[in-house]
Amino acid sequence: MRGELNLSCGKVSLLASTSSCAWKSAEMVPDWFPAGLRVLVVDDDPTCLMILEKMLKTCQYEVTTCNRAEIALSSLRNNRNGFDVVLSDVHMPDMDGFKLLEYIGLEMDLPVIMMSVDDGKHVVMKGVTHGACDFLIKPIRIEALKNIWQHVVRKRKNEWKELEQSGSAEDGDQLPKHSEDVDYSSTANEGTWKNVKRRKDEDEDGEERDDTSTLKKPRVVWSVELHQQFVVAVNQLGIDKAFPKKILELMNVPGLTRENVASHLQKYRLYLRRLSGVSQHPAGVGNPFLSPQEAAFGPISSLNGLDLQALVASGQLSTQSLAFQASRFGRSSPKSGISVSVLDQRSMFSFDNSNLRFGEMQQSQQNPNSNKQTNLLHGIPTNMEPKQLATLQQSAKPFSSFNVQVVVSQGAPSNGSLIQITQPQLRGQKLGESSTSHVPRLPANVSQSALQSQVAGEVMLRNGMTENGRGLGQNHPPQTSLAASYSGATPWKSL
Amino acid sequence: MDVVQLQSRLSEYLKSLFNDGTLDGQFLQLQQLQDESNPDFVVEVVTLFFSDSEKLLDDLSSSLEQPNVDFRKVDAYVHQLKGSSSSIGAQRVKNACIAFRGLCEEQSIPACLRCLQLVKQEYLYAKNKLETLFKLEKQVVAAGGSIPSLDAGS
Repeated sequence: MRGELNLSCGKVSLLASTSSCAWKSAEMVPDWFPAGLRVLVVDDDPTCLMILEKMLKTCQYEVTTCNRAEIALSSLRNNRNGFDVVLSDVHMPDMDGFKLLEYIGLEMDLPVIMMSVDDGKHVVMKGVTHGACDFLIKPIRIEALKNIWQHVVRKRKNEWKELEQSGSAEDGDQLPKHSEDVDYSSTANEGTWKNVKRRKDEDEDGEERDDTSTLKKPRVVWSVELHQQFVVAVNQLGIDKAFPKKILELMNVPGLTRENVASHLQKYRLYLRRLSGVSQHPAGVGNPFLSPQEAAFGPISSLNGLDLQALVASGQLSTQSLAFQASRFGRSSPKSGISVSVLDQRSMFSFDNSNLRFGEMQQSQQNPNSNKQTNLLHGIPTNMEPKQLATLQQSAKPFSSFNVQVVVSQGAPSNGSLIQITQPQLRGQKLGESSTSHVPRLPANVSQSALQSQVAGEVMLRNGMTENGRGLGQNHPPQTSLAASYSGATPWKSL
Repeated sequence: MDVVQLQSRLSEYLKSLFNDGTLDGQFLQLQQLQDESNPDFVVEVVTLFFSDSEKLLDDLSSSLEQPNVDFRKVDAYVHQLKGSSSSIGAQRVKNACIAFRGLCEEQSIPACLRCLQLVKQEYLYAKNKLETLFKLEKQVVAAGGSIPSLDAGS
């Protein structure tokens, strides 16, 4: 067991690793993998915990132990990108392991492996339905632990596949490769090899999405960096003025064509629409672990399908994560996106300290016109009057999306720009190059934050789609008006 | 006794523990985890098991003595003991726990008390055997020898 994994470099900086291209052939992981896999073990039994820790260390993993689920959760929350996989016992005194599993799936979307000395079918089934990616029966042998890395890889692979399916892919020649290194150097400090993996995937051919464009256009790989540039450009222009030509100019990427941008923009809008089609956050999930502000949402029901609660709770994205996740929007068919449960949406994120973000949010709400740019779901409403909800719902008509703004200005305490933006995104098809837009202008910063929040939400959304059996999924059908706009019409051909 | 004899005695003793079911293959897993960086790993883990188990057994006793026995709590304790005993390979203790959990479902206090006694007996037996094993190991090391490792298959 010892010495089977030859680890010459413990934690190699990702930048170094990518430049040395130490890839296993046909694999998408660096050579030293799975050594260094960051595992969080949660078990209230000290004997088991000690043994597991030793076993995992023998596997060359980086182990963090917890004997309390709450401690594990706060560790995870404080260090969103700090772990690759979680191992948790089912029976724990302070929290049911399945509950922990739910929270982790909701908030961090890490692969979770359940353990128990119970091998009863119902227990294992519970693991499955709650979204555990594996279930180990105790006593656990080291051989079983040696392979847990597969769940991390599989998850990433599934996520990547989604990205490939939704985005136009192939041919990275037109893209500036150097920028990718820059991006990865910033994330290298997090020690996440997944970045490297994604990059590798980007270089591979993906499937072209069958979109409405009938033109044979050069294929573009929408890398994280490229998408981030795109989003920045869109935000800069303001969603109502985000025409492909202008976006293209702002992005200033050699080789990128207006058609590329238009197609990408179309997908982006679809994604944003899908984001707003989020279903309501089921009651009882995660409540004790929400910060007070989040709890204030309480019974807020979904606003035109948009679950503010979810977005709030999930609102802390680092720029990197956002950039990362942002590139993964755009599921090809909008239909299923609508009914993604909140839990699914939230499941794919890495978050910063939520409390910190809430503080920022409050500030921004008080000063909605500040130009403070936030990547996260800034301005996410922490509270919404039912009346406003109703108003917003009523205003969900084509081209009337910016009516939301009116609602907001009625003094909703913390109605966020998110809501405002949501509406226009729903009608996204009509926005853009059409100069006959009837919608009033929104403040740029509002657009930005909302867009980003929606991006974030979409990430959650789409990632949620990859997960089957996330236990709490309660899917709500979209609002009628939304459904109508989702009919699949994609009138971008004219663009 | 010389080193070789001590080692032989140790091996035989360990084998006997497998033969009578006191220990199972999981114990070998523990031994294989022990290395130069952690030369006392097995002793440490088993010692932890002892202190943890004794507390559990005390909790079990007191919970069964309550006027209104909370069988879910009893079951939880037994479940815990089952988990920890299985993790170090204390097979007979584990089996006694399995039987105990079945009785918890029936919610019969007298039966549970009897079973608790059985679990305690098995625990003390295993503890005794393991402490002897560790003593023998110490003797081998003191005589300058190394602890022979058993194959998983033996």
